[in-house]
Amino acid sequence: MLPETGWPSGMAPPGGGPSPVFREPWEAQAFALVVALHQAGHFTWPEWVATISAEIRQAQADGDPDLGPTYYRHWLAALEKIVLAKTLAGNSELRLRRMECAANPPGKHDHPARREPIRVV
Amino acid sequence: MPAPHTDDIALRVRAIESLLVEKGLVQPAALAAIVETYETKIGPHNGAQVVARAWTDPAFKARLLSDATAAIAELGFSGVQGEDMVVVENTPTVHNMVVCTLCSCYPWPTLGLPPNWYKSAPYRARAVIDPRGVLTEFGVELPPEKEVRVWDSNAELRYLVLPERPAGTEGMDAAALAALVSRDAMIGTGVATSSSGAAR
Repeated sequence: MLPETGWPSGMAPPGGGPSPVFREPWEAQAFALVVALHQAGHFTWPEWVATISAEIRQAQADGDPDLGPTYYRHWLAALEKIVLAKTLAGNSELRLRRMECAANPPGKHDHPARREPIRVV
Repeated sequence: MPAPHTDDIALRVRAIESLLVEKGLVQPAALAAIVETYETKIGPHNGAQVVARAWTDPAFKARLLSDATAAIAELGFSGVQGEDMVVVENTPTVHNMVVCTLCSCYPWPTLGLPPNWYKSAPYRARAVIDPRGVLTEFGVELPPEKEVRVWDSNAELRYLVLPERPAGTEGMDAAALAALVSRDAMIGTGVATSSSGAAR
């Protein structure tokens, strides 16, 4: 059993069974974007670590208990920062793209629901 | 229905991805390949092979302890967050454990992506303040006279623990031994035993 001062609830117990690498698809996508940009030479790994660790410190200062599940939120925030810092994209076009994405949820227009078999042979 | 904040954060990911793809800075197929690799191919089973080889091949072990990056590359485990590896050896008198005090630096090619607890603030802090207490919580009981060394992985340098080979495994080959090496044993929050394992 874990003492009260030990591992926060909601965390996988130490040494416990295998946990999924990514809990949700967006975590995997955010992870892959950083690795792909790094591999393409847009930033060094120490530059990335400096960015994400600053993000984690800021989140802790703002009251995030930082127990692990919020990790990929910090990852995404750091990705957005480094993309802007390296001028890979601009702030206004990123904001505009978010609005466009919000107005066009994936699959809503290009993939209508079909409630009958689409082919019977 | 996912929570609204999940929608919001998924939206942010989608927006930045679509912008970067449109600019030709990343390719969707490359992103998919990265995700697949980290979900299925890379994990502690890689590190377990390194450990088992070191247990069965003294020349490899010597290379591993003197230039871990090159020795691990012999087995094909290289890449992002594996560029500068250092292997620290557990002995009857020394136990090693690894933390990243700043964020979550971790040797991806040999161990995969870190477990949640490794990334959490309590582990990052307490592994340094009270390593023996943390080890006890992980079920690792060490004699008080055994020295505990805590190593700080960072962006340039990542540590992997070479656990002690369990007693009673003299007749086992490398493949059988690899099955005894758990992820936690290579972080140093566990030890290898003749019935442990689950390095999957």
